[in-house]
Amino acid sequence: MTEKLLEIDDLSVDYETARGDLKALRNITFDVNKSEIVGIVGESGCGKSTLISAILRLIAPNTRFRSGEVRFKGEDLLTASERKIRDLRGDDISIVFQDPMQTHNPVISIGQQMVDIQHRSKANKAEKRATAAKMLGAVGIPDPEARLSQFPHEFSGGMRQRIAIAMALMSEPDLLIADEPTTALDATLEVQIIERLKDLQRDFGCAILFISHHLGVIAELCDRVVVMYAGAVVESGTVREIFHHPKHPYTRRLIECDPGHIKERARVLPTIPGEVPDLANLPTGCIFRDRCDQAFERCAEVPPLTRLSDGQNAACWLNHAEEPA
Amino acid sequence: MTDAIVNPAKSKSELAIIIAGVARDPLGLIGLIIVGVIVFSAVFAAWIVPYDPIAMNIPDRMQGPPTAHLLGTDQLGRDTFSRVIMGGQVALKVALPAIFGAMAIGLTLGMIAGYGPKWLDNFLMLLFDTIRSFPTVMFALAVVALVGPSLQTVVFVVMATSIPTYGRVARTQTLTLRNSEFILAERAMGASIVRILSVHMLPNIIGVLAVLVAMDIPTVIALEAGLSFLGLGVKPPTPSWGALLKDGYALIRQTPWLVVGGGLPIVIATLGFTFLGESLRDVVDPKLRKNR
Amino acid sequence: MSPILEVKDLETSYGHVNVLAGVSFSVEQGETYAMVGESGSGKTTVIRAIAGLAPAQAGSVKFDGQEIRGMSEKNLRPLRKDIAMMFQDPTGSLSPRLTIRNLITEPYKIQGMKDRDLDAEAKRLLELVNLPSHFANRYPYQLSGGQARRVGVARALALEPKLILADEPTAGPDVSVQGELLNLLNDLRERLGLSMVIITHNLNVVRHVSDRMGILYLGRLVEEGTTEAIFEAPRHPYTNCLLSANPEPDPDARLERIALKGEPPSLIKRPSGCEFRDRCPVASDICTQVPSLEVTDGHAVRCLTPLHL
Repeated sequence: MTEKLLEIDDLSVDYETARGDLKALRNITFDVNKSEIVGIVGESGCGKSTLISAILRLIAPNTRFRSGEVRFKGEDLLTASERKIRDLRGDDISIVFQDPMQTHNPVISIGQQMVDIQHRSKANKAEKRATAAKMLGAVGIPDPEARLSQFPHEFSGGMRQRIAIAMALMSEPDLLIADEPTTALDATLEVQIIERLKDLQRDFGCAILFISHHLGVIAELCDRVVVMYAGAVVESGTVREIFHHPKHPYTRRLIECDPGHIKERARVLPTIPGEVPDLANLPTGCIFRDRCDQAFERCAEVPPLTRLSDGQNAACWLNHAEEPA
Repeated sequence: MTDAIVNPAKSKSELAIIIAGVARDPLGLIGLIIVGVIVFSAVFAAWIVPYDPIAMNIPDRMQGPPTAHLLGTDQLGRDTFSRVIMGGQVALKVALPAIFGAMAIGLTLGMIAGYGPKWLDNFLMLLFDTIRSFPTVMFALAVVALVGPSLQTVVFVVMATSIPTYGRVARTQTLTLRNSEFILAERAMGASIVRILSVHMLPNIIGVLAVLVAMDIPTVIALEAGLSFLGLGVKPPTPSWGALLKDGYALIRQTPWLVVGGGLPIVIATLGFTFLGESLRDVVDPKLRKNR
Repeated sequence: MSPILEVKDLETSYGHVNVLAGVSFSVEQGETYAMVGESGSGKTTVIRAIAGLAPAQAGSVKFDGQEIRGMSEKNLRPLRKDIAMMFQDPTGSLSPRLTIRNLITEPYKIQGMKDRDLDAEAKRLLELVNLPSHFANRYPYQLSGGQARRVGVARALALEPKLILADEPTAGPDVSVQGELLNLLNDLRERLGLSMVIITHNLNVVRHVSDRMGILYLGRLVEEGTTEAIFEAPRHPYTNCLLSANPEPDPDARLERIALKGEPPSLIKRPSGCEFRDRCPVASDICTQVPSLEVTDGHAVRCLTPLHL
């Protein structure tokens, strides 16, 4: 039995707005095991950002937790003390953000920033600097000692993202959350970062929660995948099951839409017509019903996320066809 | 990710949205009410005042508040309440033209500096900095010494010294906007400079300046009061909050209500406009508005 | 028939930084040309220089046979109705305080077409890009990225231009919307006979919309040819790397990935010889010489050791 590191259990989060409660996350359930790479796929408005802020409890004042738990090593983070959360952040849980141009303090040298974040360590300054240089080397920055004294603007975007990864891994976290870490980068740099993440994960053994809208990257990097749509998990499972045998129409259509999937020149590309529903004014029934080409009567009820096989769950009535309703 | 969710609410007019937003904030509502009362009493002053504010009535001089005179009378027997109300009109007569004049000129020059060629920008910045280096009160003293005290003098001094503040803010905003894609898009369609500045830049700058205006009006009211207190503001017997304060100050033992009558409106007006300005700042920023 | 757009040896510098070092290409009537490059390649500068929004110190830009480089804004204005632009940021390229109606009829006002019924035009344009007509009263911040993108297309089409210059028309994360926009562009192009220049870093998109393409590296074209030929048999090692650096949505796809060494060099200190050689997986001693753009069978490449040839 693999050891569970992060368990998200029936998590529902609302935002209170002038237009009423915006139901940003509804009954989210999935796990991340130790040393595993889990990908979260979803388009804009699917609730990825809310999920990350819920895990780190970096929340806006109008956030309301309606139900569920976020357990890290068995402890519920939503009820843990502020102090406990602060100890976890940056130590057991680290994060790499999307925009490498904004993650570093522009007026402090990279070396100083990397020394500063080791404030919990008892090592002396020279040792901390050496650790910093070693980490820069590990993420493939050439000539790391010399570059410690440089400032963020002296590095390119790709390098800055690698530095951000180096800083995130410095505390040897058990969980690394990567929020669209390659979206702001060019394709050639994107693959460099992915290769690097794979190597680092092997060396450090940390689990990674990798959030991306890029199906190709998810397919290449992750062990398991969680597909989100409009604040709900519609499907989760191993990367092969998800990409080869998607059980939810949204997953299937999303994969079909990806132009990387279509090798022949096409005049008309597949799309998913319609828009993501308004989360402040939820439609009844299945959240994907209005855009789904396979919807039937039963979709007027919200389908539960159901375990279909070992390692695959989907929230769609199509998978219940043989059962009596 | 709430930003991807489309707001289906019907588009109301910009002004209605802003006023509704200010009213939702408790301090903003207080500010709105205070400013409303001040503006109302200034506009309808002639109908509100129970006595002629400049008519002397020696037999009734230095009467305390609980008499036929709501706030008592001064050493010349003039009704304090009437003078307070008229003083409010004078305060706005100075503050509004001065500030709106400064804003209009500052905005125009600032946008030209921000969008125009580098040499023009440098020249205008030098001009702004020169004006800003004048201490306002000293400058006022010099102008009064030259042309004598009057309402117009105060308006002119305030306007001249406020232009650089508005100019600088307008210039900074213009500089940040000029390279944005929507301005490039307008240029690509062949829009003229006048059109870019007036149709596309102006609406995005005016909100920030409106906040400045609301915050500046009390400063100007206080400045006018200060100048009048020194005898350099509006000419007596024109009632002004500063002049009231001055009369009251001289006779503070005999007629303390004069100090209150001159001082309290200044405090309340300052608070009212400041609350309104603070609240406006949150409301005009669409990024902050969206999260409401 | 002469090309609608002919760019020759276009050069742009900002101070000492030579962003475009002589770019030449042409677009035929009704053709879609894709200019592919990564950040710093100068691809955005190319279309901005063509449209007179970025400086162009040397070279020539001929639109419909007429030289437009360095033309004054006054002389350029009438031509602007034939050349429309689409920008990268769908919402950011819409003036935020204007309604959609005013945004898409802006071109008529700028060109002084006062006799037009603007409400009718707005309705027609929204219909053209499949948006409901009540969107006319909305503001840009009330639109999703995909809807804002379509408003941008509507505005570009308002004056029935001959040429569209589009900067990353499919940028934005959602693949389900990406396809919609590509379909719209393909459809409009066929119906209206448009010529287009599309600037992008996304090769997946290029394959489905463009007839010919050019690969830009450090402000120079390193390869140019028909889209089919380049996807089939790329000749420049950089193009080859780009094509291989394209993760596929299939966990079992075994990629023969060609790793690209390092990062793009600085434009201030351009490398000697072939500018790609420091990062090139197949560089040899010969690459210290400067390669020129050589054309074989209509397929051009700037490489001394080209592939697939």
